[in-house]
Amino acid sequence: MTLPVTHQLINLMACLLLLIAFAMVSQRRILRLIYLFALQGLVLSVNTAVVAFATHQPHLYFSAALTLGLKVVALPWLLHRLIDRLNIRWDVETLINIPTTMLVGILLVIVAFNLALPISQLAGTITRSSLGMAMASVLLSFLMMITRRKAVPQVIGFLAMENGLFFAATSATYGMPMVVELGIALDVLVGAFIFGIFFFQIRETFDSLDIHHLEKLKEKT
Amino acid sequence: MNLGYLASQLFQTLLAVLLAPLVLGWVNQCRAWLQNRSGPGLVQPYRVIAKLFRKDAVVAHNASWLFRFTPYAVFGCMVLAVSIVPLLATDLPFSPAADVIALVGLLALARVWMALAAMDVGTAFGSLGARREMFVASLAEPALLMVFFTPALISQSTALTTIVETLAHRELTLYPSLAFAAVAFVMLLLAENARIPVDNPATHLELTMIHEALILEYSARHLALLEWAHALKLMTYAGIGIALFLPWGIAAAGQWGAMPLAVVVLLAKLLVGGAALAVLETISAKMRIFRVPEFLGMAFLLAVLGMLTRLLLGSAG
Repeated sequence: MTLPVTHQLINLMACLLLLIAFAMVSQRRILRLIYLFALQGLVLSVNTAVVAFATHQPHLYFSAALTLGLKVVALPWLLHRLIDRLNIRWDVETLINIPTTMLVGILLVIVAFNLALPISQLAGTITRSSLGMAMASVLLSFLMMITRRKAVPQVIGFLAMENGLFFAATSATYGMPMVVELGIALDVLVGAFIFGIFFFQIRETFDSLDIHHLEKLKEKT
Repeated sequence: MNLGYLASQLFQTLLAVLLAPLVLGWVNQCRAWLQNRSGPGLVQPYRVIAKLFRKDAVVAHNASWLFRFTPYAVFGCMVLAVSIVPLLATDLPFSPAADVIALVGLLALARVWMALAAMDVGTAFGSLGARREMFVASLAEPALLMVFFTPALISQSTALTTIVETLAHRELTLYPSLAFAAVAFVMLLLAENARIPVDNPATHLELTMIHEALILEYSARHLALLEWAHALKLMTYAGIGIALFLPWGIAAAGQWGAMPLAVVVLLAKLLVGGAALAVLETISAKMRIFRVPEFLGMAFLLAVLGMLTRLLLGSAG
């Protein structure tokens, strides 16, 4: 039994998404993290276009273009400028060391695959088998948010999580209604702006982007 | 018919053995170009090997027979390894005798010989290199096996020829799980062939060297054989990579007419692959030795992920 080419392409894109999510979890440098995020956006956009072609849903083309503009060009550019102005190009400190993080990541992938299996058997969409991948990449981005100490990688993790969710939406239900999609896109953009402002505030107050400083409530007397 | 098989095997082995230094030369040339140097030329590895064969061998006083015998053993292992990998055709008489697991074993055997010989003379560099080589190998070997298991799951066989038959000569299917295995394999290729992120092949006297420290005590024909074996190892890995991930163009069993085309396709793949390897090496920096476990752990996990994906997607994976 062989599947149509578009279907194979969708599966391949799902795998690439997961691969990039893994690369992000293991990445130490902020700059590369941003490039990986842009790459993930590109994969997402291509995947949306392929789904649109396979299922003849023209509104998904629009969504693909939106993804391309927002997640491949605008957000990485914004983040790039941000880290340039904050002057933090180099290392990312992690709470747990990276091999352990990746072991946890593999466990998360197994959990996600197991969870998705009964759901995707019920679904009738052609993209159903990639639901597990989407779930796994959401969980991996979540893991990245938890294990990073600095604020910028956490925000990238958050944005990557949104990528995973978007992918899940495309694969499970052929995309959300246009209004919802536009709203989410705008939210993400505004969110990134607000995070940017927060970064400057955090750094001005604590002289560092380490969010551990936020745990102390009282000011020193 | 039997003679035909034997001829195809002999031709392929000969071609691989003679071509191996050229592949190494091509990678070095590409690296030189990328670094704005003019480079030593494509045939430099042949010149080095020819020069070394003409010289007189110098062996340490306290070297045992093991030290003298190792170059031949290692060279033999590598020739055998490269004969098992289907480079041109899938009807190889050697292939049913050894599958990928035996291939990994062969590579391990060569490694053990090298490490023992490096420790034999008792110099500091030798034992240091041997320990580091074993350290890298102990992490790379399980990962390599895991990489092999994903294509083996797809084709229901661990024989490389069957894997190539399944992937290349049936209806074209994209296997997403192979993407993970391919990334893991490239990482392992870099680690196992003493390429840049793990070891620097261009250094001869540096505290961080691994491969060069192992063969530091050798000279003349022994060194020539070891250098040749090193080139053959790269060729073997390139062959495995081509067989697993880009098998199109390898002649099917009994198709003699496809052989010339297979040679051309193989050369083209090696040309592109060598250039890609040079680019990879140029853009990455050598990592600290204690980062190597992380690097290889990542390769291992990616290979496991490939298998998981295969199991999740079932026949589509």
